[in-house]
Amino acid sequence: MSDDLVLHLEQLKVETIKGAVLVDNVDVTLRRGEILGLIGESGAGKSTIGLASMAYARAGCRITGGNIIINGTELRASTAAQRRNFRGKSIAYIAQSAAASFNPAMTLMEQVCEAPVTHGVMPRAEAQAYAVRLFRTLQLPNPETFGDRYPHQVSGGQLQRAMAAMAMSCRPDVIVLDEPTTALDVTTQIEVLALLRDLIREFGTAGLYITHDLAVVAQIAHRIMVLRHGKMVEVGAAKQVLEEPATPYATALVNERRESEHIALPEPPKNVHPVLVIKDVDAGYGDVPVVKGINLSIARGETFAIVGESGSGKSSMARVVVGLLPRWTGDVRLDGESLSPALPQRPRDRLRRVQMVHQMPDVALNPRQTLAEIIGRPVGFYFNRPRSAIKQRVVELLQLVGLPPDFVSRRPGQLSGGQKQRVCIARALAAEPDLIICDEPTSALDPLVAEEVLKILRRLQDELGVAYMFITHDLGTVRRIAHRTAVMLKGEIIAQGPTADIFSPPFHPYTERLIASVPEMDTQWLDGVLERRTLQ
Amino acid sequence: MPRLIATRAALGVLTLLAVSAVIFICTQILPGDVASAVLGQQATPESLQVFRQELGLDKPAYIRYFSWLFGVLHGDFGIALTNQRNIIEELWPRFLNTLFLASYAAVLAVPLGVGLGILSALREGKFSDRFSNIVTLIAISVPEFFVGYILIILFAIDFPWFPSLATVFEGMGVGERLYVATLPALTLVLVVTAHMLRMTRSSVLSIMSTPYVEMAFLKGLTRSRVIGRHALPNAAGPIISVVALDLAYLVVGVVVVENVFVYPGVGQYMVDAVSKRDVPVVQACGLVFAAVFVGLNTIADILSIIVNPRLRHPR
Amino acid sequence: MTLFGHRPPLFAQIGLAIVVINLLVAIFGPWLAPYDQSQSVGDTWAPSSAHMLLGADQIGRDMLTRLIYGARMTIGIAAATTALSFLIGITLGFTAAVVGKWVDVALSRVVDIMLSIPQLIFALIILGVFGSSIPVLIITIAVLDSTRVFRLARALGMNLTVLEFVEAARLRGEGLWWVIRREILPNAAAPLISEFGLRFCFNFLFVAALSFLGIGVQPPYADWGGMVRDNAPAINFGLYAPLYPALAIAALTVGVNLVVDWLLSIDARPSGAQAEM
Repeated sequence: MSDDLVLHLEQLKVETIKGAVLVDNVDVTLRRGEILGLIGESGAGKSTIGLASMAYARAGCRITGGNIIINGTELRASTAAQRRNFRGKSIAYIAQSAAASFNPAMTLMEQVCEAPVTHGVMPRAEAQAYAVRLFRTLQLPNPETFGDRYPHQVSGGQLQRAMAAMAMSCRPDVIVLDEPTTALDVTTQIEVLALLRDLIREFGTAGLYITHDLAVVAQIAHRIMVLRHGKMVEVGAAKQVLEEPATPYATALVNERRESEHIALPEPPKNVHPVLVIKDVDAGYGDVPVVKGINLSIARGETFAIVGESGSGKSSMARVVVGLLPRWTGDVRLDGESLSPALPQRPRDRLRRVQMVHQMPDVALNPRQTLAEIIGRPVGFYFNRPRSAIKQRVVELLQLVGLPPDFVSRRPGQLSGGQKQRVCIARALAAEPDLIICDEPTSALDPLVAEEVLKILRRLQDELGVAYMFITHDLGTVRRIAHRTAVMLKGEIIAQGPTADIFSPPFHPYTERLIASVPEMDTQWLDGVLERRTLQ
Repeated sequence: MPRLIATRAALGVLTLLAVSAVIFICTQILPGDVASAVLGQQATPESLQVFRQELGLDKPAYIRYFSWLFGVLHGDFGIALTNQRNIIEELWPRFLNTLFLASYAAVLAVPLGVGLGILSALREGKFSDRFSNIVTLIAISVPEFFVGYILIILFAIDFPWFPSLATVFEGMGVGERLYVATLPALTLVLVVTAHMLRMTRSSVLSIMSTPYVEMAFLKGLTRSRVIGRHALPNAAGPIISVVALDLAYLVVGVVVVENVFVYPGVGQYMVDAVSKRDVPVVQACGLVFAAVFVGLNTIADILSIIVNPRLRHPR
Repeated sequence: MTLFGHRPPLFAQIGLAIVVINLLVAIFGPWLAPYDQSQSVGDTWAPSSAHMLLGADQIGRDMLTRLIYGARMTIGIAAATTALSFLIGITLGFTAAVVGKWVDVALSRVVDIMLSIPQLIFALIILGVFGSSIPVLIITIAVLDSTRVFRLARALGMNLTVLEFVEAARLRGEGLWWVIRREILPNAAAPLISEFGLRFCFNFLFVAALSFLGIGVQPPYADWGGMVRDNAPAINFGLYAPLYPALAIAALTVGVNLVVDWLLSIDARPSGAQAEM
């Protein structure tokens, strides 16, 4: 074993107290100054490994096998006090949600200095000076006084950086980064990512970088480990895994990600008869407008994407169309007929013709109903069919979205996330709508599952000619499904047109920034973006 | 923050007004004609008329309400129907007695309940925690009078250390009062401590599950430091609410306990009035209890505002 | 033995046994009781003997017989009260949550004010004004208790109405009643069942306390709280007569609480204090 091996996990096994295996025989090696990216879908055991490398398991879980070796010391055989001495000092942790990970009752400085002072790494005065230096390196505003503030007094991006300072406060040998940029908006994400990378490089710290996004890990990791269902699938140099993955699963992940970088539907449909027209619409909550001066039209059989960051008003647009958020001014026309602003005033047939697929399939289906009830209800409600006809129609709809007919008696709890989303689509189709509003239908799904759902949506459009209003924050999804796209910023549409036009110059400045913020799998991408920014 | 506190205090006053109105409606308007109820079926129309005028029942409801409220604010709760005495004269010494008993119990129960609750939370799942879970579950399940009689059997009959009747009178020394009121206070302590322990335990546990406590452990801090610096300062708000809730519970529990031990407090006075259907006394006692209850809740909310770091250090 | 798909631990089994026995006694009381409930069969507070297992009460009636008849009255009133309280509380709570706006504000303010008066004190005021009879007792306690059910139902309803499956039903054009009955109620059932147990205990103790104070169930009906009151003087002679009904009350509430505690613990997650360090 080489001397510069700072972290070594040998045949690590973590189980729940009920015996389910979360992490199965995983080996991790980390050399001084090296960054290993851990990548995988939800439930792959990434975070569990991150915590287990600190010999920590959350309530309900137990580390049941293997060795955890930090700087040559095996932690599982050590006493609790010895383990405590490593945590924070030799190996530190950066969590996904900074807002929840800071104690609201203590100043940032107190929390940053707590580990070095209690571990006896440095006296308080020195720890404070060091903290100020870290604040400065992380480009936090007023580094001298930044630490006097309380967590709720600074922004999310700043708090995430403050957590990085807290992790680095003892100059640890290893730092565990658990999705540190996932909770941030795309445009702030790359700044934090770049700062984290520089910080780790400057101090020569080794890192375990946990993420679900291949493109993020491409920017920061020397090596990549792909995990699935708690098992290691593939490990290798970053370039090799990204460019020539050896296993089918890794290949699928990489290909999925590559596909999202190309535009799939260059041509809008020739049929220009509009199914939905939105004209000069303003709407909001209370006195606060959230969408302003919206004009757009969606043609029959077309997918129209609305893209923007959180708070841009894109979901409010959907709520205006379905009538949950009554518009203040303007008009919304379905097939030439004006829709009442508020939901209760709309006749049943109008309601039928606009359906919705929600973001979270887990909560979009009533867990107490069977699929027969869930999908059958709109059939009975809108078309008043006899019971046997409803039953037959449910089976047809299940087949349409690629689910076996015997699923009728299942409940949502017995389905996977992707299957649930297919049920949601089947429920929308049951109403035989002209327009389906898809509100981030794939953002809660793992990439390969999301890809399947997008394929189904496209196939159904080809077969049934239904139009989609597709709301998303993910440009990759837009490229794959949308004929035309509108970009929203602060409640207004700042650009719209065929998707290919939106993604090629000349750009609207915001669109350009948005596109430039989405990491690409090219390992040099981050450097390129930063270089271009300094040039401007 | 001062604005928030002022708002909360104003809300307390408003609630008190609303409560007084509700009590007034329940006692004066819902029952219909008090005069015929008091004088009975045989009363002559003339005597009814005289009686109504005497009570001011011929005036509209809102005027009666305000004059009643005005009287209450000046310590005038009216005249008891049964013995024609001024209510305040009987209510005030009894109120002091009740306050004495409740404070006696609270002084013992609050530190005990909060302390054991924190301890139990920190030992979650261990034997002592499971043991205390069962014991406190039983203690909160049984009626106060059961606890009271068990204590009487044990400490007044089998071991005659304390009197079974808590008779207090004017001019009694504090030491003797404490001695006499020991069993009733102990009854309240047992019930309230158990309740407080369980509630404190669950609020501390919810803080122990937060990500910032996990982060504190991941920073390698000792258990005692995590609890002392990270968990408890944030548990203060919830614990204050628990204490307030239980003090309110104590104020009500006092009614039953006073009757078990024949302790001359407001609770006993009120129950007596209810069985004699002496409405003005019921009304006065009800208002006193409700005022204490609302007051406690208001104070607790204000304290929660003061200890909340987000409100103490605004943006 | 399994229940709700889980095997109850020892304490929950004890609780279940207590509850079942009490229910059986309440239902079949008149056939089980050795004597008539108003029949005097011995001396005042006669000690227990072969033909009077628990002795006699303050006027020489058989204690066991009185307890058996009392089960019916005490449990019956508490059950009726809790059922009525849930009917009112759930209907209004879910309506407030689903309809929202002024309906919610109005109902919530009324409940806030009612909850600013301690429940026992409020009940004493009403009983002082109207006098105590069984219908007044049931309606008063049920209305007061429904405020708490309202709060829970409203909170559960609020958490559920923001979920997307409820939104989907509303977008489809479903009416208020359908949404409450088919979408919300089935998903709120588990916490409501636990709460029913807790509220039952509370109301049961409440009725017992009122009867103990002499303003609940009135003679000649046998009920446990009243029996404690009637036999209370015996305590000064070192006799246990009032303890039997008090013990009966305590046993049933402990039993119900043991079952509810177990039901609540099924879904509880281990807290952070149990992490492996």
